[in-house]
Amino acid sequence: MRIKAQTAMVMHLDKCIGCHTCSVTCKNTWTNRPGAEYMWFNNVETRPGPGYPKAWEDTDRFKGGWVYKNGKLQLKAGGPISKLANIFYNPEMPELDDYYEPWTYDYDHLIHSPKKENIPVAQPQSMITGKYIDKPEWGPNWDDDLAGGSEVVPLDPNVQKLQEHISMEYEKTFMMYLPRICEHCLNPSCVASCPSGALYKRDEDGIVLVDQDACRGWRFCMNGCPYHKVYYNWNTHKAEKCNFCYPRTEAGLPTICSETCVGRIRYIGVVLYDADKVKEAASVEDPQELYESQLSVFQDPFDPEVIEAAKKAGINDSWIEAAQQSPVYKMAIKWKIALPLHPEYRTLPMVWFVPPLSPIMNHMTNEEELSTDGYIPAVDQMRIPMEYLASLLSAGDTEVIRNVLLKLTAMRVHRRAKTVGGMEEFNKSQIIAEANTNTEELEEMNRLLGVAKYKERFVIPTGRREMDDDQYYQQGACSIEDLAPPEGLSFSSGKGK
Amino acid sequence: MSGIFWWVIFPYVTLAIMVVGLLYRYAFRQKSWSAPSTEMFEKKWLRIGSPLFHWGIIFAFAGHIMGMVIPKGVYEFLGITDELYHIGAIYGGGLAGLMVIAGLIILLIRKMTIDRIRVHATFSDFFSVFALLIVSGMGTYMTIIYNTTVVSYEYRTTIGPWFRSLFTFQPEYQLMLEVPFIFQAHIIAAFALFASIPFTRLIHFYSAPVTYPSRAPQQYRSRSQYKKKSF
Repeated sequence: MRIKAQTAMVMHLDKCIGCHTCSVTCKNTWTNRPGAEYMWFNNVETRPGPGYPKAWEDTDRFKGGWVYKNGKLQLKAGGPISKLANIFYNPEMPELDDYYEPWTYDYDHLIHSPKKENIPVAQPQSMITGKYIDKPEWGPNWDDDLAGGSEVVPLDPNVQKLQEHISMEYEKTFMMYLPRICEHCLNPSCVASCPSGALYKRDEDGIVLVDQDACRGWRFCMNGCPYHKVYYNWNTHKAEKCNFCYPRTEAGLPTICSETCVGRIRYIGVVLYDADKVKEAASVEDPQELYESQLSVFQDPFDPEVIEAAKKAGINDSWIEAAQQSPVYKMAIKWKIALPLHPEYRTLPMVWFVPPLSPIMNHMTNEEELSTDGYIPAVDQMRIPMEYLASLLSAGDTEVIRNVLLKLTAMRVHRRAKTVGGMEEFNKSQIIAEANTNTEELEEMNRLLGVAKYKERFVIPTGRREMDDDQYYQQGACSIEDLAPPEGLSFSSGKGK
Repeated sequence: MSGIFWWVIFPYVTLAIMVVGLLYRYAFRQKSWSAPSTEMFEKKWLRIGSPLFHWGIIFAFAGHIMGMVIPKGVYEFLGITDELYHIGAIYGGGLAGLMVIAGLIILLIRKMTIDRIRVHATFSDFFSVFALLIVSGMGTYMTIIYNTTVVSYEYRTTIGPWFRSLFTFQPEYQLMLEVPFIFQAHIIAAFALFASIPFTRLIHFYSAPVTYPSRAPQQYRSRSQYKKKSF
């Protein structure tokens, strides 16, 4: 057993209102500079829709993530040898136009234009070339709220996979928001794709980072990441990605996207996992088994054996305690209501999503007369096709989605019974059994999903500089950290290790 | 006297500039050390130009090792006649040279005509392309035209030993005095190009990720630089 700690996130999609505050604050914090204009470490997609970059889920084109072939787990785009052979031209790499050409407006003209018959306008101006753009034709969230309609929705690779025809008539459409950041995977394919070894997973908290010194701009991470969350900076010629706001999390604060989330959809917590099991978990044959096999790598933070192994691995008490109170552990592992995005990519992603129950079920017009068990068939008649959610969150296994939606429904029905009466009927109802839950769990779920405060949503232990390292040994070293050899005492200070 | 300058001082000075420049950039400017790709901006022409140029220059590099580094005695030992060697050099080297030139011209036109790339191209980018064009143009001319029309010059008894003697620090500059002018010019231009490497995009040559296949796919790194070493 090789226990490691991972800082992870859950997003409760039911509560996402698609306001893009997360994207904007993220951009203002990290990517508002030349070369990074098109980088959205955080973005919010309207689904169904092509997402960002366009059709990023088309793994046949971009060849991101892993495949399990001939009994071996390998990069879909090819291993190191084939990468070196393709290093002069990477056929699968997306182009700028798969994202968009970032632009601004010539605001100056509004002020300095001479007096004219017509009102001066601010023409769009490319931030890459500085030239005027006649007419921007694609941009971030161009298709927000299904605005691309029937022209844009079919570009969604998940829609193309659906058996059912998606109706685009106004009364019958559905949509949902999907906020995305880097998944900080347990088995990151961007890391494995990097010829320079510049991408790495941080030992302490599992955050995946790019070493800006070591990156040589070979760009295989750009399409090696199936989520397309590693970007190439055309100005510095290096890769950049979401860093989980590590300067904030190290100080015990949530990421800026979580901090500013209006709907409070985001939860951050620590989970403990066994690093020795990761490869095995990513190597099960059937993609639909990947969800369960991913769950099997996580360790129970209350198990004394796990605690001991964690301590041995240098994980301190505050992190173990945080793992025990982790909202992520509860939602993803204990209650199983948060699901990994596209588990079939075999990267074991660590940003989890609670599928949306809303838009409200089709048949909820008669709620006054509805018996408790009447909600069960309604789950199967959600406006969002279950196959669509399954294609996003469970490699196409609708049973997994159904179980989550049932549990979320049971939670609502339970809450309703508690407030307006009918607990007796609820206790006898089928829905508890079918959702495989109990009233205590529903109560707890309701608390975390509905009313949890800041400290419950974000259980983030501070960076462990003070615990992991020997402060005595370090004394006097920090001011010239990068230049001088570590100073201090070169012999053991008697703490014993 | 000028022999000493061009065949002793000049090579050492340019190589010294290259080595010191590389060390300086590695130590203090590593954040700018990369293969500055423009693939994101344009893929169609890059797809033809870049592999042509890069594979061409790799073949040419191998050819220069065969001609400059491996002594003539080795070929004689292996039973490769002069004629056979020169036929191989003219065809192989000629093909490599043409690949390099064709690739460079495609990349240069791409750099000059496509807005997204041109506006971000710097002086050093153009310098590198033109310097490479000059050096490879002379090299290809020597291989294909000079060798077949003027004289099939046996550089393995003059330039080769001189080049190797640079690395034993006993430069035999006399060997270079009678070398045809076009060969001399090619060599001087090449050394000037070497001196420019640390200051241009060509620096990515020194970070070819040859160790990639042998490393573990997943990389973990600890934040702590100051973990106490065990004694």
